[in-house]
Amino acid sequence: MSQELLYWQALNRAMDHEMAADESVFTLGEDVGLYGGSYRVTEGLYAKYGEWRVRDTPISENGFTGLGVGAALVGTRPVVEIMTINFMLLALDSIVNGAAKIPFMSGGQFKMPLVVRVPGGIARQLAAQHAQRLEHTLMNVPGLRIAVPSTPQDAYWQLRQAIASDDPIILLEHEVLYFTKGQVDFAAEAPPMHRAAVRRAGRDLTIISYSRHAVLAQDAANELAKEGIEAEVIDLRSLRPIDWETCVKSVEKTHRVLVVEEDCRFAGAGAEIAATLTERCFYSLDAPIQRLAGLDMPTPFNGPLEAATIPQIPDIVAAARALHRAGQETKAA
Amino acid sequence: MERETLRHMLRDMLLSRAFEERAAEEYTKGNIVGFLHLYPGEEAVAAGVINAVGPSDYIVSNYREHAHALVRGTPAREVMAELFGRTTGMSKGMGGSMHMFDRERRFMGGYAIVGQTCPIATGIAYAVAMRGLPEVVVCFMGDGAINQGTFHESLNMAGLWRLPVLFVCENNHYAIGTEIHRHSAVPEVFKRVAAYNISAEKIDGMDVLKVYNATKQALDRIRRGGGPQFIECETYRYRGHSMADPGTTRPAVELKGFQADDPLTVAAREFEFRYPTADELAAVGPDNITLFADHLIGGEHLAEAEVEQLRSEVAGVVDDAVAFALQSAQPTMDAAWGHLNGNSRHETLM
Repeated sequence: MSQELLYWQALNRAMDHEMAADESVFTLGEDVGLYGGSYRVTEGLYAKYGEWRVRDTPISENGFTGLGVGAALVGTRPVVEIMTINFMLLALDSIVNGAAKIPFMSGGQFKMPLVVRVPGGIARQLAAQHAQRLEHTLMNVPGLRIAVPSTPQDAYWQLRQAIASDDPIILLEHEVLYFTKGQVDFAAEAPPMHRAAVRRAGRDLTIISYSRHAVLAQDAANELAKEGIEAEVIDLRSLRPIDWETCVKSVEKTHRVLVVEEDCRFAGAGAEIAATLTERCFYSLDAPIQRLAGLDMPTPFNGPLEAATIPQIPDIVAAARALHRAGQETKAA
Repeated sequence: MERETLRHMLRDMLLSRAFEERAAEEYTKGNIVGFLHLYPGEEAVAAGVINAVGPSDYIVSNYREHAHALVRGTPAREVMAELFGRTTGMSKGMGGSMHMFDRERRFMGGYAIVGQTCPIATGIAYAVAMRGLPEVVVCFMGDGAINQGTFHESLNMAGLWRLPVLFVCENNHYAIGTEIHRHSAVPEVFKRVAAYNISAEKIDGMDVLKVYNATKQALDRIRRGGGPQFIECETYRYRGHSMADPGTTRPAVELKGFQADDPLTVAAREFEFRYPTADELAAVGPDNITLFADHLIGGEHLAEAEVEQLRSEVAGVVDDAVAFALQSAQPTMDAAWGHLNGNSRHETLM
């Protein structure tokens, strides 16, 4: 039962399947209803499920995200769509002080079956206030779980798993990935939500990435293969928790790690990954772990400058090549 | 009104007062640590509102919520044990003074971010309306909350979708230390609510009977499909914002009510960074509990001896609550991890 779908269509199917199966599932956000969603994810649902279950909200991000938190307290399963991650900054109170804290500070009396879907990342020339990645902001919050699907299949699986979960889950979707295609198998058994996927096996180095850059890393690995460098590519699929076992196993095989992220370098996801793997795999490493990340600047509007702020495929190839060489030199010495 | 209801409300108010005075005492002894926001002065609001709601209705409260929980029926032992951070506390020692939850009694939490009760109560009301249930959600807030975005965002959504929520503003005239005339361009709270198509009224929050009746009427309107309602209860807290605030930013003459006092003594008190003593507090007027007790005795609803009997009964309840809290166990770190990860235990994460 496999079908080729765009990423947004896979999310749309997941929503439809969950809403059909469970009346307590509802979605709300700016333009999710009549308009059909900014990235079409909720297309058709308003007509099918009505205004109470597909609710167009005013532009009040903290208010309607908090509304989702309240509704989750009494057993409904809200899926809040925040139009872009940039606006999520306004809803951090509801997410961080509300959703992440209530199950804990109530002494476990309440569950929080809330999903917050957030498009983000660098798209095309949307400028500084519409082109940022804030995963580091959420990763540091105990009580939250964060999934970062990079394929239509994962988007389908992870959204369904997020809705079914009793924990608050942030689904970070990438604006460029919405219109990428992939096979989606509705019947296949999904891997656990936070398990990493080894997208490509390799012996020479491990490239660890997530979201859109996990896709770019695979393209880079194909380039590297032409030079005889076999890179293993791990798509984390989740940023909280992180599947360290899959990473450690790979590092013990390849002995070199390149972390690739779109987010800014300073105190980003890559810093956590590099630090933890250094602690856990120091004696397996042939070279220091390298990070390839977005530049520490707001995203410029200008197209070529924007492209230069985030790692591109040639950058990944070059960094991997250098890391591969560095490893060899260490060995030779 | 039934004599028993009147007696019950007076008992709730006496218990709330005795509980809070004792909490202050335990705080100064070091048995309670952290932020402690006390309720004396405002008891008529908790007793009037919460006695008017039904058992299937929901209560969402802020960080000055001990009395709300007590009136809702959470045993004083569990409220006190939570202040002590013990495992027998209503939030198992994880929440403390500002985060009290009692799921069984639909007491949906104490929230310490000013204004946060508004979207949460609105969300519960949304779920109730979506499911077509007859329940109502009561949302408490102080006057300090009315300038938060969440207040306006929530009232707009509740008004727009006609959600079954009763907003109750406990207007004690101070946003921590800033008086309402200095924090609101329009200091009449109820007037600001009109912008959201929500009917609002201002009542004397020092009179428990007025609060009770206004709440009953508002709940009736909501249950008949009249949409959200708003009650502004004008009240006053006798103490500072919290135990960390001796309340010295407020004029002593205001705290002292209309007491005849030597102006020099009053001026001197402005510089005293200390809590008023229990006797000084008792001398503050007009006190909502004294007013109500006098009314019940004057109207021959209760005999003076019965009131005294209630006073000693609640004193016993508070003594017992403190003894219970003191002998309760401290929660373990394992329990803390369990509360964090409890929800995902049935899932395989990786």
